[in-house]
Amino acid sequence: MHRFFRPVAIGLLSFAAFVSVALPAHAAVYGAESFTLANGMQVVVVPNHRAPVVSLMIWYKNGAADDQPGKSGIAHFLEHLMFKGTPRYSAGAITDIVARHGGEQNAFTSHDYTAYYENVAVEHMPLMMDIEADRMRNLALDKKGVDTEREVIIEERRMRVDNVPAAILQERMAAALWMTNHYGVPVIGWEAEMRGLTQRDALDYYNKFYAPNNAILLVSGDVTRDSFKPLAEKYFGVLAPAKGWNGKQTKRTRAPFLYHHSNVHVSMTHEQVTQPQWSRDTIAPSYNVGDLADVHALEVLSQLMGGGSTAKMYRKLVIEQQVAATFSAGYDGETVSYGTFSVSMTPAPGVTPEKAEAAYDAALADLLKDGITDADVTLAKQRLNAQLAYAKDSPISAAQQVGSALTAGLTLDQVESWPEALAKVTAEDVRKAARKLFSESSSVTGVLLPEAGAAGGPSQ
Amino acid sequence: MIRIFATLILACGLVSPAFAVTVKEVKSPRGLTAYLSEDHTSPVIAISFGFKGGTALDPEAKLGLSNLAASTLDEGAGDLDSFAFQSALEDRAITLRYSASDDAISGTLVTTAPNAAKAFELLHLSLTRPRFDAEPLERMRRQILVGIASRTENPNFVARQKLYQTMFGAHPYARDDDGTAATVKAISADDLRAWVKSRFGRDRLIIAASGDITAADLGKAMDMIFAELPATTGLNVMLAPATVAAKGQTVRVEKNLPQSVIYLGQKGLKRTDPDWYAATLVDYVLGGGSFSSRLMDEVREKRGLAYGVSTALAPYDAGAAMICSVATRADQAETSLALIRSEWKKIRDEGPTETELQGAKDYMIGAWPMRFTSTRAIADMLYAVQRDHLGIDYIDKRNSMLEAVTLDQAKRVARTLYDPDGLSVVVVGPTVKGAAPAGKPAAQAP
Repeated sequence: MHRFFRPVAIGLLSFAAFVSVALPAHAAVYGAESFTLANGMQVVVVPNHRAPVVSLMIWYKNGAADDQPGKSGIAHFLEHLMFKGTPRYSAGAITDIVARHGGEQNAFTSHDYTAYYENVAVEHMPLMMDIEADRMRNLALDKKGVDTEREVIIEERRMRVDNVPAAILQERMAAALWMTNHYGVPVIGWEAEMRGLTQRDALDYYNKFYAPNNAILLVSGDVTRDSFKPLAEKYFGVLAPAKGWNGKQTKRTRAPFLYHHSNVHVSMTHEQVTQPQWSRDTIAPSYNVGDLADVHALEVLSQLMGGGSTAKMYRKLVIEQQVAATFSAGYDGETVSYGTFSVSMTPAPGVTPEKAEAAYDAALADLLKDGITDADVTLAKQRLNAQLAYAKDSPISAAQQVGSALTAGLTLDQVESWPEALAKVTAEDVRKAARKLFSESSSVTGVLLPEAGAAGGPSQ
Repeated sequence: MIRIFATLILACGLVSPAFAVTVKEVKSPRGLTAYLSEDHTSPVIAISFGFKGGTALDPEAKLGLSNLAASTLDEGAGDLDSFAFQSALEDRAITLRYSASDDAISGTLVTTAPNAAKAFELLHLSLTRPRFDAEPLERMRRQILVGIASRTENPNFVARQKLYQTMFGAHPYARDDDGTAATVKAISADDLRAWVKSRFGRDRLIIAASGDITAADLGKAMDMIFAELPATTGLNVMLAPATVAAKGQTVRVEKNLPQSVIYLGQKGLKRTDPDWYAATLVDYVLGGGSFSSRLMDEVREKRGLAYGVSTALAPYDAGAAMICSVATRADQAETSLALIRSEWKKIRDEGPTETELQGAKDYMIGAWPMRFTSTRAIADMLYAVQRDHLGIDYIDKRNSMLEAVTLDQAKRVARTLYDPDGLSVVVVGPTVKGAAPAGKPAAQAP
């Protein structure tokens, strides 16, 4: 659906497509080119000539983690309001014009970024650029439009969270894990605070963040750097940077304050739950916080633990012990603040979450003790690398991968040379990073349960 | 070999560049046929294939048979057990997936060109010598069982299931393809072996391919993969006609939820219907057009009653439906429902306007190239083209068929197709003041 928010992507998802053994050393993953406009806007071109289409994306370097205290949901609310028009493109016109030109349009918000895109035939790209440039600086809002859209985001919250027990639990888990840190507040916002968001709040937020020096213009598809540069200058080069901009690209940071080390359990029963679920999120280093070597080691670790049905922990818990019906592990280190290492299981029929958790803890202890071999690491690296062969297949998924990495603070060089960083990871790196993660980092464990007496619930 | 240029002329006077998708029919040395779009811009090959006859053929007592079989085909074949088979796929980042729908068992293979030979071999083994070893079979069964258990209270699942039961009655289309805990537990390894023997016949096989492969190499690969399947298995895939009840019913399912989930449905039209293109355009205007639809405008943009509301045509081999769904605040569910009924009546009585019809054409024609942006998407398209007998020149013809729909035709189709009295409605949510109690039909909203 339209204008959706995306929660922090689980590592496997954000990572898989990024990710060819067949690549010669030093080959760039995407072959992207980049330049910067005088007003500070970074422009990235990812050529892909398979079809005469482009994915045009504007990535703003602000997301829900930049919401002011008490104003949760404002980043996502503004994302919706960005479709309300400008003096030149009146209410409804943006959607209508894009559709009339065969364009697919949407936007999404995470904790770290807000992104807008049009997938469209390449000859209509200049018109899309005109629309995006215009609404970057000239958004017009009226009270009625804001009031109606507030109801829409509250319905969106009900649909995505309040009607979905697993999502309610996930909110509680994040709040318990991150406490007052930014990632503890849901992207969509807390309902009471969403109700208080005003037109003024939206405009203040817009004026603070929506400027070329805070955005990345990304195009992926049937274009070249040389054909795109004059258009970027024409439509976006003329925009004024934010007032008071110091002319520099600032590195994005978030105060990395963590509360004392803790491992918290959150358990929730719900009448709509008929099958127990178990998951654990652990605070992890990221491309911006902690040791970069650990980041690549954890990418390998998540693959080795739960990246498929031949992964070690999957084999132990799902195949050998049969305590879980499903098991997966993921790691997201493409974050401005800390990353997250996540594991989740569906206990097998008749197995309690407590028993599944005990089996997981024991299996993890074995893995950390002497379970990560050189052969395991070589294989995991090979498989991560193999997925890279598909990176250039679709211009649309390439745009999303490159954009989310860059807004999280990675350099284009880091994105393009990822296979080389991966190649350097040793088995000892993985063991060290894994032991450090699981002994020193805080975690939250979430258990979703049926109500007592309900089908699938505790029998007493 | 047919060279196809699809030239897009947009009504607003803008001309799309010709985009070229070259489709050729490939005959293998042993007589198999496939559609191929050869394209060497990316070193990726996708094969999309399937057999007519799907979950609707599963026996009542073993419902979920096709789903369990499709889940287990890639869990070991030939001399390779589950671990060896899955490792062979993962080591090379080869994707092999089977899926079971109401009317077909289909599969997709995606591989890089250097790994193609191995990928083809694995596909061949999974089709012709699946093992169905006890360990992976029981593991897949457990996964399906927890999946079934997880969703019994999911409002979207409940609403859709109830709607299909209301519309299709005793027809297999009304069943849940995944089966029940009891029927899934009743399926044996021998059932799966018999399923393979009865379902995989060359007379019902469709093959499509795209990407970094020549016609000659594809022909050889097709023979290696598919030629040893029997010419026919003698399976009758004809289903009884699935007729949707002419008079709609309203079903309420009481659940303590903050938001009600509403599904509506009525008789639709089949993909082979000559009015198909007119119907897709009218559907776009009413609710298929994402943001640019009448329903989205009334329910979301003007009133903020829901995050989204959408409609879709749902054609099957033996029948057809049209579906609408919305998740809306519980205390305003009746308002949303009344708005949808009112728009349903209005599109029947008045049809789309000239501007709306043109807008629908502009979008659908303009967005066509977006359907060809990955190797897999192109293979899937060429599979669908054959499944629906659209002709090898379909990619070229499709836009002109949309363009040819006149306002009069669109109005006629709207008038004959949309039937507010034929709408069945399922509301899953809390009972609120003014609404009928659970299980009882409500008074018809205006």
